[in-house]
Formats: sequence, C-alpha cells, structure tokens
Amino acid sequence: MNGESYAVILVYSTSHAMRIEKLLAEQGIACKMIPVPRQISSDCGVCIRILRADVAAARTSVDAANIQVQGIAEV
Amino acid sequence: MIYFDNAATSWPKPPCVAEAMTHYLAEIGASPGRSGHRLAIEAAREVYGTREAVAELFNAPDPLRVVFGANATEALNLVLNGLLRPGDHVVTGSLEHNSVMRPLRALERSGVSVTTVACTPTGELAVSDLAAAIRPHTRLIVLNHASNVVGTLLPVAEAGRLARQHGLLLVVDAAQTAGAYPIDVQADAIDLLAFTGHKSLYGPMGTGGLVIGERVDAEHLEPLKRGGTGSRSEREEQPNFLPDLCESGTPNAVGLAGLGASLRWLLAEGVGHVRNHEMALTRQLLDGLAEIRGVTVYGTRDPARQTATVSFTIEGLQPSEIGLRLDDEFGIMCRVGLHCSPAAHHTLGTFPTGTVRFGLGAFNTSQQVAEALSAVTALAEGAGGRR
Repeated sequence: MNGESYAVILVYSTSHAMRIEKLLAEQGIACKMIPVPRQISSDCGVCIRILRADVAAARTSVDAANIQVQGIAEV
Repeated sequence: MIYFDNAATSWPKPPCVAEAMTHYLAEIGASPGRSGHRLAIEAAREVYGTREAVAELFNAPDPLRVVFGANATEALNLVLNGLLRPGDHVVTGSLEHNSVMRPLRALERSGVSVTTVACTPTGELAVSDLAAAIRPHTRLIVLNHASNVVGTLLPVAEAGRLARQHGLLLVVDAAQTAGAYPIDVQADAIDLLAFTGHKSLYGPMGTGGLVIGERVDAEHLEPLKRGGTGSRSEREEQPNFLPDLCESGTPNAVGLAGLGASLRWLLAEGVGHVRNHEMALTRQLLDGLAEIRGVTVYGTRDPARQTATVSFTIEGLQPSEIGLRLDDEFGIMCRVGLHCSPAAHHTLGTFPTGTVRFGLGAFNTSQQVAEALSAVTALAEGAGGRR
C-alpha cells in the first residue's frame, strides 16, 4: 500500500464511524472506511483507517468530541 | 384540487424527496451498517446524514442519540414501554393522541398509574396544574406539543423546567410541530422528543424517531425490538449503546434518504419562514370562518398560539357529510371525525361526532384558503336554509 503505515480506529457501530469520518474530515485528517480486518475483530462492521502518523491527532479529536471508541490498532 | 389534510400527512413533498429516494434505490441500494463495501458505506453515510440533519433541526448535541423508527407512534411506544415500570406514575394532558393514551392505558394494567390533567375547552394547559399532579413516584411528564385536533400549542418549555425541578423526564410528542414550529431540545428542556418524518418534516411515511437527551440513561431504556444491528455481531446480547440499542433490523434507508433531503430543504427554507407562512394562512382562515353564520371554530382562534390546524363544525350538518361534500363538490380534501384523539374531543366538547379539520401546510396558498372559505360559506348557507 504505497509503503504507508496505517492504523484503524475501531468503533462500536457504523453510526459512530460516520460521525468520526465527518470529524476527521473537518480536521483535515485523511481517512477511509474499510471493513474491520479479520485479525482484529470478528465484527462485521467498518472501521476508520488512518495514517499511523495521524494517530495522536485523531485520538485527540475523537476524545474532544466525546465519541466512545473501542480502540485504535496498528495494521 | 385543494389538499388540506397536512395534519394527517403532508402533501405534496418538495421534489428533492422523491429524487433522493430514487437515487438511493437506483444508485446505492445496499444495507447501511451491515457490510463494509463501498455501497454499504454510502448507504450508512445517507442514514447518518439524516441523523445529523435531525440533530441540527432540533439543536440536539449528539446525532448518535437520534434513533430512527417508523413514526412518532413507534417512538412514543419505545419511550413509554421502555422507561416505565410497575409503580411509576405519569402526568399527561387531556389533549393527547391515542399514540400516547393507548400505550398508557395498557401500562395501567401492569401497575403504572396515570394522571390526565384537564386542559381548558380551547385546549390550553396550566403548568401549575401539571405541578399539582406530581407525586413522589412520578417518573414522566408526557405532553403533546400541539393538538392534532385544534392545533393548540402546549407550554413544553415551562413543563421542561418543571420536570427538571422535580427530577422527572419530559416526553414531547412533536408529531404536529416538528418542522412547523421551532423546537430546541436544549432550550426547551425536552428529554425525549418523538417525531414523525411524514408530516411537517415533509419526508416520506415510514420514517420518524426519537431524540434522546443526556439526562436519559440508555441503560434503563428497554428497546421495543431486539435483533441484528450490524454491530457487536459476536454477541447474542443486544448492544447497550445508542443508536444501535433501539435500531434492530434493516432500517428504512430509502425512506431516511428521502427524509434527509426534506430536512435539508426545511433547514434551507427555515422553520421560522414556514411558520410565518402558515400563521398568515391560519389567520386568513380563522378570520374568514368567524364571518360565516352557523360555523363554530374550536381552539384558541389565535394563530400565534396554535399550529395551522383548524377544527370547526357547521350547524345542521354532520362532519362526515361536510367532508364528503367538500371533496365531491369543491375538490377540498380534509379530515373529519375524531382524529384518533377521543381525549381531545372530550376536552373540546365535540365528542362523539367530532369536527371538520383543515390542516394547512407549507405548500398551501392564500388563494386556496379563499376558495375553501367560499365552499364552507356555500355549505353553511345551504344548511341554514334547511333548518
């Protein structure tokens, strides 16, 4: 994947994912909705893929908006 | 053809509603929140966009506390069945629709007690009477924001402050007001707002929902249904977080796409703009009806204190006959009878024959009101001659 390193934000529901997608877009943080990688969770939903370099900024934004997430994992 | 049945369901809809629904069916189609492919994600974006638009319209701080369902009736059933337990007491008013009264009457059989505070014959409610009805075990105040029969607006913000003083939750049935009258769940202290999409929000039927305030602990809300949510699929227990707690089964995503479009239309038009238009039409209608001999108008007869819903009777004619003749002879569509609200008609003194109800909407015109007044005049003069 172009040599980039990624992380994923794991969320409780697709509604949460949509809220975070909008939030990150407002903050100028690139993200993409992807199916949850099997090695991380058996859940059938989506997660938000971001660059590893953006993890700290994304975490700050999500916490500031008081959105509960399951976690952020490197992939 | 004059459509004056907007209090039942609004029509026509802004063209963007059908366009959005067609777009969803033709170009998106997938199930929101279920899969991770691009169409499923696009579907989820549509539904989430509608969630955000609802939150914006009602000034709700968190779009994730907007839960969707089929209509206001389902939302009210969710609240009443989901929060009340045996021994709890509820205070409500005497203008309620059966969407509140029937669930409450059923809950009475399982040990919930209900006090119905009498409204005046014009449908108005004194907050001091609500306060006097509060007991130690009172859990909820449930109020119709505006009567579906006479349009009278109830003092929800004052009731909200009262509820907070007593540590109660305020439930508001906004079926008649959402989109037609400004609602701010924070400023009005509304803890649970039940809305429908197909009336003054100008969306399609089969859409509606509940805005759940921060004072409501979702842990204590029993959902009406349990099932697949697309989340926490490894577990056989219902998720305990919103909105998934209350949204089991594939949603009406095509309907919600239409509702999203109508909400964006409404936000662009402005609720205040629609309200001013409807108040002007209501004033014209009330003034005209007051001039017709034999016509009795119910409610406040003050456009500032009611929605654009006007109920009347004509001496010497049954409401059912008036409705038929307005349709057959004048092309005017309205609703006659009891309007699913026996409590309101008892309050107004119009039970059991009911009234003729003109429900005006954003797309009605002054010309239509003038034509309807001519039609009512002709019917009343004919009836007068018959006496």
